[in-house]
Amino acid sequence: MLSVKKNEPVEFQEDLISKFDELVKRYPEGRQKSALLPMLHLVQAQFGWLSVTAMDKVASYLKIEPIEVYEVATFYTMFFLQPRGKYVLEVCRTGPCCLVGAERIMKHIENRLGVKENEVTPDGLFSWRGIECVAACGMGPVLQIGPEYTYHEHLTEEGVDQLVESLRNKG
Amino acid sequence: MARKLLLEHINVPQINTLAVYREKGGYRAVEKAIKNMSPEDVVEEVKKSGLRGRGGAGFPTGMKWSFLAKPEGVPRYLVCNADESEPGTFKDRYLMTHIPHALIEGMIVSSYALGAKTSYIYVRGEMMPQIRILERAIEEAKAAGFLGKNILGSGYDLELYVQPGGGAYICGEETALLESLEGKRGNPRIKPPFPAIAGLYNCPTVVNNVESIAAVVPILNIGAEEYAKIGIERSTGTKLISASGNINKPGVYEIELGVPVEEFIYSDEYCGGIANGKRLKAVVAGGSSVPILPANLILKTAKGDNRLMTYESLADGGFATGTMLGSGGFVVFDEDQCIVRNTWNFTRFYHHESCGQCSPCREGTGWMEKVLHRLEHGHGNLSDMDLLVDVSKKIEGNTICPLGDAAAWPVASAIRHFRDEFEWHVTHGEESQTGNYGLAHYADPLEPVI
Repeated sequence: MLSVKKNEPVEFQEDLISKFDELVKRYPEGRQKSALLPMLHLVQAQFGWLSVTAMDKVASYLKIEPIEVYEVATFYTMFFLQPRGKYVLEVCRTGPCCLVGAERIMKHIENRLGVKENEVTPDGLFSWRGIECVAACGMGPVLQIGPEYTYHEHLTEEGVDQLVESLRNKG
Repeated sequence: MARKLLLEHINVPQINTLAVYREKGGYRAVEKAIKNMSPEDVVEEVKKSGLRGRGGAGFPTGMKWSFLAKPEGVPRYLVCNADESEPGTFKDRYLMTHIPHALIEGMIVSSYALGAKTSYIYVRGEMMPQIRILERAIEEAKAAGFLGKNILGSGYDLELYVQPGGGAYICGEETALLESLEGKRGNPRIKPPFPAIAGLYNCPTVVNNVESIAAVVPILNIGAEEYAKIGIERSTGTKLISASGNINKPGVYEIELGVPVEEFIYSDEYCGGIANGKRLKAVVAGGSSVPILPANLILKTAKGDNRLMTYESLADGGFATGTMLGSGGFVVFDEDQCIVRNTWNFTRFYHHESCGQCSPCREGTGWMEKVLHRLEHGHGNLSDMDLLVDVSKKIEGNTICPLGDAAAWPVASAIRHFRDEFEWHVTHGEESQTGNYGLAHYADPLEPVI
């Protein structure tokens, strides 16, 4: 669902715009819309999520209708349409990972962070959710953290505790 | 030791750099193709090799290439499908992480063969680290004159770009991938027209899996005839198998097609046997979409022959007693695993990943998920199994793309082979919440390792 409530004004700085300019050059004349997904990744990496204001700005940069951005942002699961914690722990919940204990890890994360799936911890640092297969089945259970999507493999309860602690210290 | 063509140098330090990759013979295939061969020669060589699409469908790559339309003045595109998302499959991630230049070299040779001047590698968005790795490799290749204008003085120009996806299984379907690359929702297109006629930006396009493209390099290096000598029947060459689940050595293995399944599971060269001294219950041999087989049918065919890791042998017996090699996502289940729970899990996956265009898939996957949820949680009915089969049959073949079939097959096959386990979940609702049905008649015919 699109969030219309928390639409703080969004400013795209020059460095972001110049990255957009580089992106659209990859595609033939008139096909600049191809840059939409990479652009949304850049925007989310900077702001943490995709607000309607930000998506409208993307639309106007690409000279497409805002609905063309919304329909894409709502289709792909990587895009956050609501503010999330600074660190979103995304645990693979698909078959092969479950064979080696992914459900236990998710339960542990829920207890450890004290929030339900997709909720944000009071300090604003953490959210978590189960996601579908991330092509790391041999290294399961596995979780990823954006925007760089670094992987944490062969998860154990202790490993999760250490990870949460180190991210908390990082702030 | 089995012959390695793709992963031969995987353990060489810094094989991810152009310098070390070249020391190990890298970019010879580009030089050979561009200096000594016409594009048609390269296509012919790939045809002769017998290479079949490594993404899952197994369609002959050379034949796919020969379908590419070549109208005057219209650009042609090669798009690499690196949207690896089939549950159980993680070979492309492995290859791109460790030997990115194998894919880049394959892209250059293949683009040359197809006459593409701009090519894209569509990588699933979650693989940001791999996207960075590929982009760095492209920079290196460009600086060395293997990419860009006038490659190796031949007059051939090629630009190569990496495109991130956004997290959608369906974009592994080639026309959904093209939609996504055009900046749209990943809704598969109705075929025909096939991408070879009207693909990216309505231009002739070939979409190939990472491993298929990477395999073109050794095919050129050792020659198609030599490549075709590896393997059995119409399963030529080597294949990357992603092994996961309850085994001692999960990981990516390059096999010569034709290895017996039993050897693959139990040999120390590959999976190293079932973990924790347990016994084998079932295998999903080619990614979550292919039929699941119980231990007795994965090790031997219904006729009693040893089952081999080839397209033909795994499919022996059709869907009644066989399965498919698919993407090579080999998921092993030990005796403690619950087939009902796994079937529910996979079906939830397909429901989540259905793009929603076709009603049978959009609605059917949801119904199957609901019914499987109640079966798994001890509230099912004995009529549910027939209901599931009925729904799966109404999805299968009635959708624009194969996701519908991919959702139907795991359910139909689980009920075909494990019906008594499903029934036990109904008749022993409470017990099934804490206990496990176990091996029953699908027992691993081998003695347990104690």
